Amino acid sequence: MSHDWPLYEVFVRGKRGLNHVHVGSLHAADDQMALHHARDLYTRRNEGVSIWVVKATDITASSPDEKDPFFAPSGDKVYRHPTFYDIPDDVPHM
Amino acid sequence: MTDLQEHFQRTLDRDQRLEPRDWVPDGYRKTMIRQIAQHAHSEIIGMQPEGNWITRAPSLRRKAILLAKVQDEAGHGLYLYSAAETLGAERAELTEKLIDGKQKYSSIFNYPTLNFADVGVIGWLVDGAAICNQVPLCRCSYGPYARAMIRICKEESFHQRQGYELLMTMMRGTDAQRRMVQDATDRWWWPSLMMFGPPDGDSPNTEQSMAWKIKRHTNDELRQRFVDMSVPQAEALGATLPDPSLCWNAERGHYDFGEIDWSEFKQVVRGNGPCNAQRVAHRRAAHDNGAWVREAALAHAAKHSAREEAAA
Repeated sequence: MSHDWPLYEVFVRGKRGLNHVHVGSLHAADDQMALHHARDLYTRRNEGVSIWVVKATDITASSPDEKDPFFAPSGDKVYRHPTFYDIPDDVPHM
Repeated sequence: MTDLQEHFQRTLDRDQRLEPRDWVPDGYRKTMIRQIAQHAHSEIIGMQPEGNWITRAPSLRRKAILLAKVQDEAGHGLYLYSAAETLGAERAELTEKLIDGKQKYSSIFNYPTLNFADVGVIGWLVDGAAICNQVPLCRCSYGPYARAMIRICKEESFHQRQGYELLMTMMRGTDAQRRMVQDATDRWWWPSLMMFGPPDGDSPNTEQSMAWKIKRHTNDELRQRFVDMSVPQAEALGATLPDPSLCWNAERGHYDFGEIDWSEFKQVVRGNGPCNAQRVAHRRAAHDNGAWVREAALAHAAKHSAREEAAA
């Protein structure tokens, strides 16, 4: 059989209080096997307390080609940042 | 220059990382896939020389350590295959290329492990040389490769230390054990120096790889760094490095060392080392013998997803 097992992307929560972070990928025949392989491959030294696996084909990603237009809507909205506003230095706790 | 080329060059100039879906020149992609694949293959083939000693490790402690180390090598191979796949390479195709002899792996793994001290010397010198090579790769311009290298370097430190500790233990043992350490050191020293690749004058890809920020140092720079690190380590261990020309050069601030036998290196790279055929045959057999497992797991997964769909 020429089929490769499908590709899964792996996300690990390093410890409580942190987000899951993408750490890499692996091949597995199904979701459960992907989880077990992810444990063996990416958490051999207590690197995680929780793992997500998702088939790579199920991920929708923005394209780098349209990077600028895609993120343009936030580019010109400087008033979303606190530094946009002038507050006198002697106003406390602001 | 097109927008895409400009974006690529600007990313390099700013010392930023290129990420999987960025446009890169074909040459960059090919070079990167070849380098990452060779590196992955080296980790996978590298399991064999040490795996040779797992069942014969002298204590449960050494056996557990060696098992963990060989498991790490498998892990490193898989991180790297995963990085190569982000460039469009297929996992199955990379494995095929390895077992068909179409892609290479580090020539160091074509030498045999003749006594248990070899396990220690591999950790000390071979993994030490690998660390020298790999630390700068943590800043490689290709993001997924650089990230895999960071993970690998952290784990290699355990590999090197367990090897050196093993050798120190043997040096505190009997005369026969000390002779084993010296014998292993004699056999692995020169092949370890060859791990850095041909001398700069004979390394045609270095210039382009440095321009693309794939490589950060030349082969000879890294080799010198490794020699400078290893001499005091050998002294502390009480082993002699098998090179009569090895001596401190105060003017250069480095150790001078003897001429490397590049004809031996070329022979091993061409497939004529002591274990080339055995290493590839073993990998092929493992792949072929695992075929039914890969098929059965897929069939099992298909059956279960069909059942779940029927129940839904």
